[in-house]
Amino acid sequence: MDLLLDIGTWILLLAACIFLLITGLGMLRLPDLYTRIHAGGMADTLATFLVCLGLALQSGLTLTTIKLLFIVAFVFFTSPTSTYALAQASFVAGLKPKLDGFNKTAQNKEEDDGKVPD
Amino acid sequence: MRIVGLILVLLAVWLLLSGIYTPLIIGFGIASCILVALIVRRMDVLDHEGLPIQLGLGIIPYWGWLFIEIFKANIDVAKCILFPKKYLQPSLFSCKITQKSDLGKVIYANSITLTPGTVTVDLHEDTVLVHALTKLAADGVKSGDMDQRVTDVMGEA
Repeated sequence: MDLLLDIGTWILLLAACIFLLITGLGMLRLPDLYTRIHAGGMADTLATFLVCLGLALQSGLTLTTIKLLFIVAFVFFTSPTSTYALAQASFVAGLKPKLDGFNKTAQNKEEDDGKVPD
Repeated sequence: MRIVGLILVLLAVWLLLSGIYTPLIIGFGIASCILVALIVRRMDVLDHEGLPIQLGLGIIPYWGWLFIEIFKANIDVAKCILFPKKYLQPSLFSCKITQKSDLGKVIYANSITLTPGTVTVDLHEDTVLVHALTKLAADGVKSGDMDQRVTDVMGEA
């Protein structure tokens, strides 16, 4: 049983590590600030959850597990707020997103016209 | 009514975080919860946004659904980062939202942001400006499925 839990923890932590690695890769690779925010979103959500779930398997049904759940809940409530603050601030400051290669439809064309240079 | 809810929530959180269950410590815990509730009442900051108990238990299935969406979106964004040539199609578009109350709008906008691949850039009156990383993520927001679910949770037709 202990071995099974250890294996579960390993799998979850490794999965979280992979997501964090991809997040880091995305930070370097994606073209502009707005797309990089999306990469950061992965570390905020699934990676945090997988790390805490993996650790919760180790602590079992104790108060520590509940504290880990609290951490996940607080991160899930606060991270969109900070992400919004970042995106909103860049948008208000006039940073324009790169929309290369997007198939423009009628709905977002008018949106794009005023804001995207090309 | 709401003040009783606040005391119960505070007590539950305190009991879960404390872990030391002797009469003296629990007494201190109850006393501090009541003190906090009294201060909050005096400050008059306890309203439908500070402690939204009017949402009831309907929010819990929504969180479950949202979590599955987050899971799927994470895989989508990971694919996009690994193969940007194939999947990367950033877009910026605005969407009408159907929530009436500020709380409903915030829940919806935060849900969009929490889902990787879509970020709320601006929220104004009844439109949200959304930046999406892939076409799939953009279509997800445009379909209005999440919007409908938040409106249902809020109990606003």
